Amino acid sequence: MKVAVCVKQIPDPADPGALDPSTKTLKRDMKLILDESDSYGVEMALQLVEAAGGGEVTLVSMVPNGEVNGLRTALAMGADSAILISDEALAGTDALGTAKVLAAAIARAEPDLVITATESSDGYTGTVPEQIAELMGLPSVTFAKSIKMTEAGIEVKRQTEAGYDDVSCPMPCLVSVTAGVVEPRYPSFKGIMAAKSKPVDQVTVADLGLDAGSVGWAGAGQEIIAVEEAPVRDVGEIIEDEGEAYQRIVAFLDELKVI
Amino acid sequence: MSVGTVWVHTEVAEGSVASITLEILAKAREISSDVVAIVGGDGDAVAAELGAHGATTVLATGDLGGALPGPSVAGAMAAAIAGGAAPAAILIGTTYGGRDVAGRLSVKLDAPVITNIVDLIDEGGLVGTEPVFGGASFVKTKFTTDKPGIFLVRPKSFEASETGGGVAAVSALVIPDLGATGAAVVTNSFVEQTEGPKLDEAAVVVSGGRGLGEADSYSLIESLALALKAAPGASRAIVDAGWVPYSYQVGQTGKVVKPDVYIAAGISGATQHLVGMKGSKTIIAINKDSEAPIFGVADLGIVGDVHKVLPQLLEALAARG
Ligand SMILES: Cc1cc2nc3c(=O)[nH]c(=O)nc-3n(C[C@H](O)[C@H](O)[C@H](O)COP(=O)(O)OP(=O)(O)OC[C@H]3O[C@@H](n4cnc5c(N)ncnc54)[C@H](O)[C@@H]3O)c2cc1C
Ligand SMILES: Nc1ncnc2c1ncn2[C@@H]1O[C@H](COP(=O)(O)O)[C@@H](O)[C@H]1O
Repeated sequence: MKVAVCVKQIPDPADPGALDPSTKTLKRDMKLILDESDSYGVEMALQLVEAAGGGEVTLVSMVPNGEVNGLRTALAMGADSAILISDEALAGTDALGTAKVLAAAIARAEPDLVITATESSDGYTGTVPEQIAELMGLPSVTFAKSIKMTEAGIEVKRQTEAGYDDVSCPMPCLVSVTAGVVEPRYPSFKGIMAAKSKPVDQVTVADLGLDAGSVGWAGAGQEIIAVEEAPVRDVGEIIEDEGEAYQRIVAFLDELKVI
Repeated sequence: MSVGTVWVHTEVAEGSVASITLEILAKAREISSDVVAIVGGDGDAVAAELGAHGATTVLATGDLGGALPGPSVAGAMAAAIAGGAAPAAILIGTTYGGRDVAGRLSVKLDAPVITNIVDLIDEGGLVGTEPVFGGASFVKTKFTTDKPGIFLVRPKSFEASETGGGVAAVSALVIPDLGATGAAVVTNSFVEQTEGPKLDEAAVVVSGGRGLGEADSYSLIESLALALKAAPGASRAIVDAGWVPYSYQVGQTGKVVKPDVYIAAGISGATQHLVGMKGSKTIIAINKDSEAPIFGVADLGIVGDVHKVLPQLLEALAARG
């Protein structure tokens, strides 16, 4: 079985983000790491391939600047190879443009199953997975809590507002997985060493046969016109508990007429 | 009222129109006098409620027969547009089904989506407002194409209100052949039962986080919620850890809540949590780390141990009866 997993490489979320004043988008010129949200997809793919008795896990990632650090992390977990779409022309690409690029790259791997996260940690549009599926003409199941292979395709438990749905879907298809559904493995030392020599196929927008005008700033059909600070909340009352703080909470709830 | 026709993607929960849809309808009515509700299901069943909330027309596909709404509803909308319908904007809720519809439609129309918006204003063209950095800043975005503007709207962004309109006229929205894309089907639905008030409707919400230390300590949150007639909530950390079901999660990928009082116990206040509860009228936080970001939004902050403060609080509330 062949599985393609989209992995986004993002600035470390532990560093407070900043907007680039000229483009009004998130700065992404630092070292990038594997988006934690995608580590669940990588783990899911590895488990499914193991359960299927063999196969191939190919990573697909798009960046403007050639970054492979996050890809190496996922390769060290056990993925077999990666396709990296790296092109300066990609700076400023919106979600639809991203999906066009990813879909074209994924098609090269001819996967039975495409896995993404439900949303990226830095962009969180949450639309890229479904856009990829539509571009590739695939059925899809988003917000998967679990995936089981069957004769006919896959059975997925899909998150809903009220609980979950059982969804069945033939392959090839795309599934987006929610965080926390599997425990992403830590790369072993052996895995880290092996990752260094795993193939990373680096391609450009032109290699994928895409028109440069459909990506980057030029292709983005939207424009940020302003960034405004939110009104600051009044500074609250902060007290150190010395055994009596609960009384202040009771009094406060009383003032608020909650009790 | 300079905006043309606005389409509102309708979601139905337990037989009635979902609150997210009613919220969006209120906004749609404010910017347009021609509001069309798009229903992926039986239109007649909800035409009265939709009309009462300002929809002028309903376009309904009829029962989807277990198909997921993404491909089918987006396919039907795109077909109508190809057939001459020309909505200026299409408003869709940020929900599981809604995001699928937006993504599929975006490709079909080759039009971008403006996501995560909490406000929409007409400045000679629609401008969406999106909170970033946990709501510390707002980014305003507009489209640069003349395609219909697809907007994904976060729950609780607008206040639902009735206009007293009559039953909206229902017309059929035809789902075209979807080929392979429509092949996923729902075979079973499960509802996770919760007791007490609903998380996104409760006047008081008590949420717990990883600072509770272990799953069993979540009972402190449940007891406090019971004492305050509140809904219990959670940070993603303890949902991921399996202490409580996903339906308890507050935040970016969980529920948006705007109660009168929000109590956060052992929650650090990550931006993705803040974005789901910052709109609460009053916030009380208990955290042992005085530097925890949750204190930045708290009206009353207690720097202390949840294992000391919560039991004392419960006892004091019990004593008051
Ligand atoms: C794409 C994406 C989406 C996300 N969506 C959400 C979302 O919807 N909702 C959400 O909540 N998170 C979300 N997160 C996760 C978020 O970034 C945080 O990881 C999460 O909110 C942390 O949960 P927490 O505050 O319970 O845990 P921690 O951050 O570990 O904080 C625990 C806190 O408890 C305090 N503490 C420890 N012991 C005690 C004690 N004895 N008494 C009192 N205080 C104590 C600590 O000082 C600390 O501040 C998302 C993340 C990503 C990347
Ligand atoms: N640049 C990218 N490279 C690889 N995968 C991506 C990229 N952007 C988005 N994705 C995938 O699509 C998911 C949803 O992204 P988003 O729509 O931006 O929230 C991510 O979690 C990834 O799995």
